[in-house]
Amino acid sequence: MTPDILRILPELILTLTGVVVMLTDATLAPRSSRKPLGWLAALGTTIALCASLGQAALPAGTAFYATVQTDAFSAFFHTLICAIVLAAILLSIDALPQHHRGEFFALIVFGAVGMCLLTSAVELLVVFIALEISSISTYVLAGYRKHTAQGPESAIKYFLLGSFATAFLLYGIAMLFGATGTTQIQEIATLLPAARSHTLVILAFALMMVGVLFKVSAAPFHVWTPDVYEGAPTPVVALMSTAPKVAAFALLVRLLYGAFPLLHTLWMPLLWAVAILSMTVGNLAALRQTNAKRMLAYSSIAHAGYLLAALAGVGSQPITAIAFYTAAYAAMNVGIFALLSLVSGPDEHRSQIADYRGVLHQSPLTGGLMLLFLISLIGIPFTGGFFAKFYSFSTAMNGGAAWLVLIGLLNSGIAAAYYLRFAIALAQPAAKNGHAVTLPRWTLATSAAVLAAGAATLVLGIAPGWVLSAATAAAHSFTVIGGL
Amino acid sequence: MHLVLFLIFALFALAGAANLLLQKHPINSALSLIVVMSSLAVLYLLLGAEFLAMAQVIVYAGAIMVLFTFVVMLLNEGREEKTWGSRAARTVGFPAVVVLLATLAAAILRAGRHYGMVSLSDGITTTQDLSKVLFRDLLLPFELTSVLILIAILGAVALARKDDGNA
Repeated sequence: MTPDILRILPELILTLTGVVVMLTDATLAPRSSRKPLGWLAALGTTIALCASLGQAALPAGTAFYATVQTDAFSAFFHTLICAIVLAAILLSIDALPQHHRGEFFALIVFGAVGMCLLTSAVELLVVFIALEISSISTYVLAGYRKHTAQGPESAIKYFLLGSFATAFLLYGIAMLFGATGTTQIQEIATLLPAARSHTLVILAFALMMVGVLFKVSAAPFHVWTPDVYEGAPTPVVALMSTAPKVAAFALLVRLLYGAFPLLHTLWMPLLWAVAILSMTVGNLAALRQTNAKRMLAYSSIAHAGYLLAALAGVGSQPITAIAFYTAAYAAMNVGIFALLSLVSGPDEHRSQIADYRGVLHQSPLTGGLMLLFLISLIGIPFTGGFFAKFYSFSTAMNGGAAWLVLIGLLNSGIAAAYYLRFAIALAQPAAKNGHAVTLPRWTLATSAAVLAAGAATLVLGIAPGWVLSAATAAAHSFTVIGGL
Repeated sequence: MHLVLFLIFALFALAGAANLLLQKHPINSALSLIVVMSSLAVLYLLLGAEFLAMAQVIVYAGAIMVLFTFVVMLLNEGREEKTWGSRAARTVGFPAVVVLLATLAAAILRAGRHYGMVSLSDGITTTQDLSKVLFRDLLLPFELTSVLILIAILGAVALARKDDGNA
């Protein structure tokens, strides 16, 4: 019998870290540097990361009256989210303007509590509160560039649309409670066949999907993404384009395979359509962007599409593919946004793709790493992006979704065009009348985050075995407990 | 008797909600929201959920709405402006809302045939029963709301505080 407290240990550590960061912030002199707070938050997140790894050794089971469940699946996503949050904190230590950073780090750490819990929650009320914790922290973080016009616009847009989407999810949960009389995911799965009204179940399912697909920014619920990414500080974009999405994908898998495996024939074609729409809309829109962050925002929509394509597979394969893809996607996306933040500096004076001309000449290391992440985003072999896409598409192929794979491959071709455009801009000589190119300042924290992301991208591409076996274990634990 | 009361207050709630959207001045919208909240409290009472009804009156119709009206009055914001975007949203939005509501209503009506009458008063309504659910079965979500509230306060402070000027 495992004590209940061990099953929420990473969340507990993160909450304590957040409180300590907040309290320490209050004791510091008003004008003193807030960097130690960043290191404090990083330390706490590292301990939570270790606790997440430790959770994998626990026997799978539920705690707190079956509201949370830890298994290999939750441990995998906990570790991934803690790693992303750690990288985002390290990036923010030097990249952010001086003011109010104490609250900033506390908000990131508290947000991580919600994201982590989202991957282990098996009670829809916990899901809802965890989702709100993670969302509210990202709404605020998105608005941190208060002195710019886009900053507050980004936060308000994200807040209004995000609340609207959460309302859909909540309405769905209420309907599901009406149909089955429970909000516990395993109980829902067992009670679904006995539900008296099939219509109500389908309605509940549809409403919940709107909420979750908004969070992973899949088309047609993607409209907020480019505006929000453009206005938010770049280190925050590195966080919010990955960690909340990873958590939302974990929730999606929990819902589809934990609560609604019986509706398999219903959700499969639906998610097929969403996958195709996301890839196509994301890639076609990205082609026309001149702003680097907007382009990457559309690229993240397309990647959500590739990820959803894996759901066309059979058995536990899709879960493995999704878990692996989220890890690879997180590594390359954190990496590219980290470098954008590094090159454009705290005031983000480089916004257009053309502004990045000459980076490779000025600083071969920075430019080279940016090329690595772009290559991974395209999906060229020996990078994490390639294997992730390969597993996702081969899973879909095994499920008999040949058309989906074909459209996915065509889309990858389109995507290569705009990534290469960015890569070419990096290699071109700097414009003569352009900005005076300042060399990026490599500090300890930033280099640690960037190099870790680069190493992860390479390891996932060259020796994916270890992560892949963890992903397989995650999927397997799911089928044992989730009752697929 | 119950049906008559239900119809009256359901009508109030709907009229209040519609008025909330149609009014141009924020204070009128805020006052309409009070009507909606209080009518909902009566509906809860009719379902036999006394505690929920009281909480609704005290928390929503009372505390939250007072805060709302104060903020609106203090800010003294002007009337709603109409732009090209808002007109476009209106022409697309209203039909979309009608379609969505029609779908929901149709689904609920279809589902309704499979369900009998329900009386909430048979279940958990006393504060003692409620506390058993809240502090035992749902202990974790209950504790989690404290993190949620903390993060909301923290976010409000972070966004509302003025820059030091060295930004």
